[in-house]
This record gives sequence, structure tokens and C-alpha cells, in this order.
Amino acid sequence: MTGSSYLLILMHKPMLVYTFDNTLDGLLSAVFDSFYYHEMPNDLLTAGDAIPLFCDRIHEIHTDENKSKRVWKGLENKLSYIGLSIITISFLSEERDKNYALFSYICKAFKNPNKISIEKNFSDPDVLLCTQTYRRVCYEAKRMKQFLRFQQAKDGTYLGVIHPDHNVLPLIIDHFKDRFNDQSFLIFDAKRKYGYYYDKEEASRITFSEGETLSFDNETGKMNSDILSDNDKLFQDLWKTYFKAICIKERLNPKKQAGDMPRRYWKYMTEKQN
Amino acid sequence: MLTESTIEKLRILAESAKYDVSCSSSGTVRSGKKGMVGNTVGGVGICHSFADDGRCISLLKVMLTNYCMYDCAYCINRRSNDIKRATLSVSELEEIVMEFYRRNYIEGLFLSSGVVRNPDYTMERLVRIAQDLRTIHRFNGYIHLKSIPGASRELIKRAGLYADRMSVNIEIPKEESLKLLAPEKDHKSVFEPMGFIREGVLENKEDKKHLKHVPRFVPAGQSTQMIVGATPETDKDILLLSSALYNQPTMRRVYYSGYISVNTYDSRLPVLKQPPLVRENRLYQADWLLRFYHFNVNEIVDEIHTNLDLDVDPKLAWALRHPEQFPVDINKDDYERILRVPGIGVKSALQIVNSRRFNRITSYHLKKMGVVMKKAKYFITCGELTNMFSGPTIGINEIHPERLRPLLLSDKQKKEINDRKQLSFDFDA
Ligand code: SF4
Repeated sequence: MTGSSYLLILMHKPMLVYTFDNTLDGLLSAVFDSFYYHEMPNDLLTAGDAIPLFCDRIHEIHTDENKSKRVWKGLENKLSYIGLSIITISFLSEERDKNYALFSYICKAFKNPNKISIEKNFSDPDVLLCTQTYRRVCYEAKRMKQFLRFQQAKDGTYLGVIHPDHNVLPLIIDHFKDRFNDQSFLIFDAKRKYGYYYDKEEASRITFSEGETLSFDNETGKMNSDILSDNDKLFQDLWKTYFKAICIKERLNPKKQAGDMPRRYWKYMTEKQN
Repeated sequence: MLTESTIEKLRILAESAKYDVSCSSSGTVRSGKKGMVGNTVGGVGICHSFADDGRCISLLKVMLTNYCMYDCAYCINRRSNDIKRATLSVSELEEIVMEFYRRNYIEGLFLSSGVVRNPDYTMERLVRIAQDLRTIHRFNGYIHLKSIPGASRELIKRAGLYADRMSVNIEIPKEESLKLLAPEKDHKSVFEPMGFIREGVLENKEDKKHLKHVPRFVPAGQSTQMIVGATPETDKDILLLSSALYNQPTMRRVYYSGYISVNTYDSRLPVLKQPPLVRENRLYQADWLLRFYHFNVNEIVDEIHTNLDLDVDPKLAWALRHPEQFPVDINKDDYERILRVPGIGVKSALQIVNSRRFNRITSYHLKKMGVVMKKAKYFITCGELTNMFSGPTIGINEIHPERLRPLLLSDKQKKEINDRKQLSFDFDA
């Protein structure tokens, strides 16, 4: 045995990996198990992910609502409203490589001996990463409130199609319900293929089954012309005209425009469609 | 019912309104109500789109008419200009607002108008529309009304019941310049209506203390705008006025609009190849320092520095003039002082004072928090004896401001400065 590999074995601590079902309840159940067994996994992976080479033990988390509820109850004593939102909202980023940081953030919240909540310690890499992820998701939710465009169908229902990077639809639906409480609408996430339909009373989650013909083009969000209301085209034209007219051509600044309104959102926006 | 001709009218009237900078839907939170359409979200408002010039489109910014009996030299709509004129009917405009709003194109309406017949006649029509939107169309979104210079107290008090924000544009900071360019206007015609709005808001506040059901009155306060570069006023003149305005209750925003040579034939005005965008940007940065960084206007401009430094931002310019204020100790000094470090913004300053209760903050943490270390490193200490990579920490006092300054300019900036010199050279030639 060469010297260096001998050293490797001496330094080698057993590597433990948790796997879970990629739900928030699952992640909280993982925290429960970690405290129950007094162990800290080296990574938290989604079931089905490739397992690292040097892994010694895998613990598969069984998502259990009782466990996740108990963890959440405990967290309510440890974190502020914002601190809790950082968990629920950063999870919507759907970025799996952030799961372990979120897991560590929660564990640290429990272990924190300090009276001041851990969420304020931005020199901690996990706190900082989760806070930054949370901010990015909130930012995109805001952007969807900005950039979503409705078209009106003949029956009076409005349709808005979005394609966000993160799963922000649950974060914006209340805003639209509040604002347009007297109009029925469907907001559809074309990336995740689900939406919310609001009937002037309640919003319910809907999905379309494979093969079902949609009343709109999933790629552009455009409503099929046979169901589009008669004057919607006129208002689209008015809006496009306004959009062009309000620009001061002595000040053209496409860089700022693309920074504030990233190009990837344009294809669903009326004023940027041909 | 709208027709194709509405499209042309909207085009004309948006082009006439576009030089007004404000488009913000900020300053008031009002949730939705049964039987009404819309809400307002507060904070900085919602920008629904960004035009090709990069400016935010939040409100439908439009004039009711661009006919005007006045002849303000800096304005595209002055009566002596031969441009297409149009007037939207009240019902046309109301329909556009409602239909745009329901499609999530806009947050609401920003309405202004050229002066027809007399100020009160014009103002009355603007108030009518706001009133209709609220009472007939049950519109609960954002309304910004521009007050017509010289409008009466009575009309402004009525307008305030329906508008979220009102504005009266100063346009030209010094009265003598204003009178030269806009013979029909004077400072009274601007500051008087501003005073009426303020009065209304303050009375409304008083009423709320004693009465149960008080109608709201301009809940998002007022704003104004100054044109930059059309007249000889210095940045000091402009910022002193801004600061005085911010000291009055209800003034929420002062906008700066780099002058665009719309009426090149008028010899009272300079002919600019380009609007002074860098200067405009520096004024916004200075304005920001007044509102969020606890700067006093005299720290930004004074007898010697009557104009802002175009090469560096006003916060950095201040720091370079005040080496004695540095270095700032990130782990000990108070929030106010940390806020003054170039490269540290409000967000990172707050993160620093929060985090240092847990452990010492090092330059590694600062970088992670988003501090611009390229700038900040000359103005701070974190108690690290040496900087791991670059040897002993060298700050503004070791390098001296005049040698530090060029180090803080990016290549792009250096090029811009050169271009500017080139440009002014063109002018002289
Ligand atoms: S009163 Fe207003 S619209 Fe009329 S010319 Fe003057 S600035 Fe333009």
C-alpha cells in the first residue's frame, strides 16, 4: 500500500447519504430522522440520483406527515415568518443541488444556541445560499406578476400563459385573485403543464391529460383564434401601438430593456409577439 | 366603441406624453374589493413592461389632448409646433384603461393634458375621468393625475379624492429661466398647486384622527420633474431644490429628465446631439443618497463642487474627498458609517450588521454577500492583518485619493470619459 492511499483510509470517515422523494414533507422528514438517529448525512439526494462512489451507507427517507409536522412546529419557535418563508419558497426553486443547503439550514436553526435567529447570520454559507435562492424565486414571482398577459375568450374567460424557471405559480395566484376578483381566468404554467382556474369564487389547480387538445399554443401562449373574443385583437393592437409610441428613440437602451425584462419571457408577451 | 381611429389617436397622444419621466405605481397598498376591479401593491409598484429605451411601463401614460394654448419652449406640444393633434373622448380613454388593466398590461393610468381654454377647464376634464373610473367603472387600480399649472384649489381638492398620486412638474429649477422659456408660467403656478395637494393630504391626516370614515386623499403623495440641461442651472441648484422638496411632507419623488432637443429651431435652447444621460444618471444617484443613504445635500454639492463628477458616482466622489472618514471597521463601526463605504449598498450594509452578532465578518463573507470588493477594499478594514492574496491591506490613506481614483475606473469608463472629451471637443470646434 502506498503512503498516500494509506493516509486516505486513515482519514476516511464513513460517508452517509440520505435520499428522499423531493417533496418538502420529505425534506422535513429527513431532518426528523437526522435528529432521531443523531447523525448528520454528508448529502441529501433525490431517490434515483446517482449515488457517489465512496458512499458507505444510504438511508432512504420515508415521507411521513407526522414527522414533517413536528419539525415544522419546532421551526416555528426558531425562525421568524421570513425565516420560514425562506424554506418554503427556496424549495420552489426546484434546484436539487440546493436541497442539502436547505437541509443544513433547518438543522442549524435547531442547533442554534444563540437567542438571535440563525436566519440573520449571512456569514453562514447555508443561510446565505438559501436566502439568495429565496430572493431569486421571489424575484421571479414578481416578474410573472409584471409580465403575464391575459387574452380574453369569447365566453369572457381570460387566459394567461407563463413559462417561469422556478415553480412560482403558487406564489402569484393570490395576487391575481385579489386583483381580478370579478373575472374568471386560467393561468397556465407551460413548463410544468399545470395551471389554476379561477371562477370568481375559488382557484383550483388543473392539469391537462396527455393528448388533450389545448385551446392555446403551448409555445407562444396564444389563444386559438376561433375562441378569442372579437375585440381582443383590437386591444392587442392598441397595446402594441402604445408600446412602440412610448419609447423615446433618442434614448434607445436595449441592454437595460433586456436586463429588466429578460428575453426568455418575451415569447409569451403580447407586445413582443408579431 | 373603439375603432381603428382610436389606435392612431393613442399613438399620437402617447408620443406627446412620453417625455414625462414618471411612470411609477408606487406608494400605496390597497387590496382588492368585491365589486371593484383592481388593487395596488405598494412598495415600488409593478412595471409591466420595458420599452426599447429601457424605461419602465407601469401606467398607461397618455394625454387627454395634445392641443395646447401655451408655448413652452422645451415642449413638443407647444402651440407653435406643427404636429399631429388629437383628443381622446372620455369614454374612449376609460374603455382603454379598463381593457388594458384587465389584460394585465398596466397598473393604471397616468393622465395629463395640454391646456385648452384655461387651466381649470382642462383640470376639470381630468378630474371627471378619474371620478368616472372610480365611481362608474369601479376601478380600484392606480391613478396618477398631473395637475395643470394654475389649476384652482377647489379642483385639486376634488382630484385628490380619486387620484393615488398627483404631480406638478417644476421643469425648470430657477424662475428666471422658466419665465424665459415658458412665458405663460411662473413658479407660483407650480408651487401653489403643490401646496394645495400638501394641504389636502395634511387635512386628511388630521380628519382621520377624529372621524371614522374619511375618504382617502392622494395616498401615494406627489412627485415632480425637472428638465436637466435645457438651461444653465447647475447640479447644485437642482439638488438644493430637490432636497428642499423632500423636506416637505408628501413629496415622494423628484424625477430628472435629460433634455432632448425637440424644438431645435428655438434659439433660446441649446442644441444637444444627445440628451445628457450621464448627468441625469448622476443626479438620480445623488437623489438616492439623499433618500436612502442619509446624506445631506451639502455633502454632495457645495460652493466648489457645483456640478456632480461625471466620471465617478457621487458616493465614491464624496469618499475620495473625505479620506479622513476611512477606513471603516466592518466589525465595529455603526450602520451609518458602513452605508457610506463605496461598494456597499443598503442590502449588504444590513446583512453586515446582522451577521456580525454571530461572528467576525471577513472579506470572504463580504464578497459572498455581494459587496463590490474592487471598490470597497480601499475603504474598509475587517481586522484582518493581511489580505491573504495581495499582501498588507492598502487603503485610501496609503494610496492617496488622487492616485486611487484612476484605479477605480473600469476600462469601459475610461473609454467613455475619452469619448466625452472627444465629444466636447467636437462642440468647441
Ligand atoms: S403647458 Fe404643458 S403641454 Fe402645453 S406647452 Fe407647456 S409643457 Fe407643453
